[in-house]
Amino acid sequence: MPYDPSEPLKDRITDIGPRHYGEFLPPVIKKNKGKWLYHEITQPGVLVHVAESGDKIFSVRVGGCRLMSIEHIREICDIADKYCGGYLRFTTRNNIEFLLEDESKLKPLIVDLKSRKFAGGSNKFPIGGTGAGVTNIVHTQGWAHCHTPAIDASGVVKAVMDGIYDQFGSMKLPAPVRVSLACCLNMCGAVHCSDIAILGIHRKPPMVDAEWIDKLCELPLAIAACPTGAIKPAKTADGKKSLEVNAERCMFCGNCYTMCAAMPLADELGSGIAILVGGKLSNRISKPKFSKVVIPFIPNEPPRWPSTVAAVKNILDVYAKDARKYERLGDWAERIGWERFFEKTNIPFTHHLIDDYRFAYTTWRQSTQFKF
Amino acid sequence: MGKHNTPMLDELEKGPWPSFVSDIKQQVENGKQILKDAPEDLLGVMELSYDDKVTHWKHGGIVGVFGYGGGIIGRYCDQPKMFPGVAHFHTVRVNQPSSKFYTAKYLRSLCDLWERHGSGLTNMHGSTGDIVFLGTTTDHLEPLFFEMTHELNQDLGGSGSNLRTPSACLGQSRCEFACYDTQEACDNMTHQYQDELHRPAFPYKFKFKFDGCPNGCVASIARSDMSVIGTWRDDIRIDQAAVKAYVGGEFAPNAGAYSGRDWGKFDIQKEVIDLCPTGCMCWDGSKLEINNKECVRCMHCLNVMPRALRKGLETGASVLFGAKAPILEGAQMSTLTVPFLPMESPFSELKELIEKVWDWWMEEGKNRERLGELIQRKSFQEFLRVIELGPDPRMVDEPRSNPYIFWKEEEVEGGWTRDIDAFRAKHQR
Repeated sequence: MPYDPSEPLKDRITDIGPRHYGEFLPPVIKKNKGKWLYHEITQPGVLVHVAESGDKIFSVRVGGCRLMSIEHIREICDIADKYCGGYLRFTTRNNIEFLLEDESKLKPLIVDLKSRKFAGGSNKFPIGGTGAGVTNIVHTQGWAHCHTPAIDASGVVKAVMDGIYDQFGSMKLPAPVRVSLACCLNMCGAVHCSDIAILGIHRKPPMVDAEWIDKLCELPLAIAACPTGAIKPAKTADGKKSLEVNAERCMFCGNCYTMCAAMPLADELGSGIAILVGGKLSNRISKPKFSKVVIPFIPNEPPRWPSTVAAVKNILDVYAKDARKYERLGDWAERIGWERFFEKTNIPFTHHLIDDYRFAYTTWRQSTQFKF
Repeated sequence: MGKHNTPMLDELEKGPWPSFVSDIKQQVENGKQILKDAPEDLLGVMELSYDDKVTHWKHGGIVGVFGYGGGIIGRYCDQPKMFPGVAHFHTVRVNQPSSKFYTAKYLRSLCDLWERHGSGLTNMHGSTGDIVFLGTTTDHLEPLFFEMTHELNQDLGGSGSNLRTPSACLGQSRCEFACYDTQEACDNMTHQYQDELHRPAFPYKFKFKFDGCPNGCVASIARSDMSVIGTWRDDIRIDQAAVKAYVGGEFAPNAGAYSGRDWGKFDIQKEVIDLCPTGCMCWDGSKLEINNKECVRCMHCLNVMPRALRKGLETGASVLFGAKAPILEGAQMSTLTVPFLPMESPFSELKELIEKVWDWWMEEGKNRERLGELIQRKSFQEFLRVIELGPDPRMVDEPRSNPYIFWKEEEVEGGWTRDIDAFRAKHQR
């Protein structure tokens, strides 16, 4: 029985939650769940997992665009039906994994995936994203769907992945490199623990739409939203309630705009990209680390953001040449010292990079140990 | 093609990486979505943003389905006349199955549903883990929800000041490192807390993420208010013959993960023993020994020699609290709170713990204050009192260096009430 708009609550079903994962597991996984013995990456993007029973499952990992059409999803389904008995999964980092039990279908699948191109010429299903390489960039909505971004997301990711494409399909870096993008510092895609983070930032204080602000916003909430107390009540010349921003105290977090649509701060010249490096999530060898700001600002350069692509490539190249095996980018920077990091990458160290927020002192150097 | 000229976006069709522009164009050309003009107008509004370098989306209004306070995000274009196809372009979050395994059949049924009720564009997946249906109008929301629940047995995810859609790494389904069943934990907890997920009652968002081991593939330590990370507390199992096979070059170290460069012959001393963060391993040329009592389970040796070393058998999880992105007090990672918790279904210990945490946060938390910020404001000690847990040196990197201890009166002999006259009897003014 279809939905009846005259009785919207009739036969309503709620709170049933997601479908049970068990419905979607390939039989070989159902059988061997919790009994996997080891795995091997036989070539970039291709994994085999071996169970205690001797059973094997093969996975072919391909990069995907997070922004994806249902036409494309249906093509993915057709491939899964043809080679994988209809089974596939998506990874945390927007990759797609085709799952096969039958090894004889592995080669034909790979050949097929490599042959598929979009009309514009790009690959539909690049194979890779495993081991000591660059895997897919996790990212946010950007100009495709969000109201607070400082930058686009999908376009920057496309440009950067084109620039470092070779690293997606190979495993020749000293360690895995995780690149992430968040289009503002709300960080829907929390990028603060990434080897390389591309982050949208603003540099102009919010404007105040004084004619409308009292109608559009709860003024006390906007005042309370400011972490530096830079917003205070004001009145317009004709007596309307409004707000005033002490621009010198603004750190451009955009939290006021989140609370109040009458305080826009995105700007053609003011907004752009900051690059952070050296974060990690894994506990392997060293503890998880935050990413650190090394380039405070790169202008928005649509459609292909050449300065940002060049900056990421440069950092990646220097790291690849200089780091030891198993050193994540942050481990390498700490071993050589951040003074050497800036020297080797030829990135200028500016006053913007010295912390002056909450935990600033913990990042200053209280030691005479430094390198000339 | 097309009613909009998109020379800037067209530049993003070039290059080897999959082009989202080409993909949207194929939806424009071949798609049968009910909101016919949506993909084309999305390209149009994005091109406009590429021209003037600022977004053209406005704050969301209050839209949703009856009885839920989350799952739908209102979105409106600020140039509705130029781009009527995306003038109203709301997002629908669909709660993904644990660790994102699918059958083609099920994915197709989602595509069909979205073709009937939206733009034909998605995110696979959103940052928190949901399947995201990108862009529809308010009139489609109730029919979509009705068909999704009735025909697909599928519910919405979380948004706003709710429990957000929990997510998990793939865990035991295909990983030898997983220390508990992350899929089951995620699914069980998601079903248990449907009310918290759909109806906002919290000060702000709250996220669970389930990592099967300290490698942390689902990023729980950075991205969730409660991070559940698999661990073990007995000994790493060693297959000495397999260790020799790695040393002898019969097995590829790191499961082949570093094979793209010639790093020279595998050197167990240099690559494993010397890199162990606690120096708890030794290799005498024929036997590998691990002083398990000193091991911090960083996973390095297991990652390098997965066929020789296996996690212990007494497995469970460490539970950490308080991670969040920078807004507002600065980014935080989760803090180790429960070093070891058994993780057997139905996860009663974990549920008991989280309910204590939520009670406190709902009582004490300010509007839009994440748990991690509340713990900082009220102190970690206060947090431990609330969850009825004693202090443990594992919870800190080091003891405090300042001596400003907030002693409680009951801790001090004789209490705090004193007689100034008795004091003056001994000490002249």
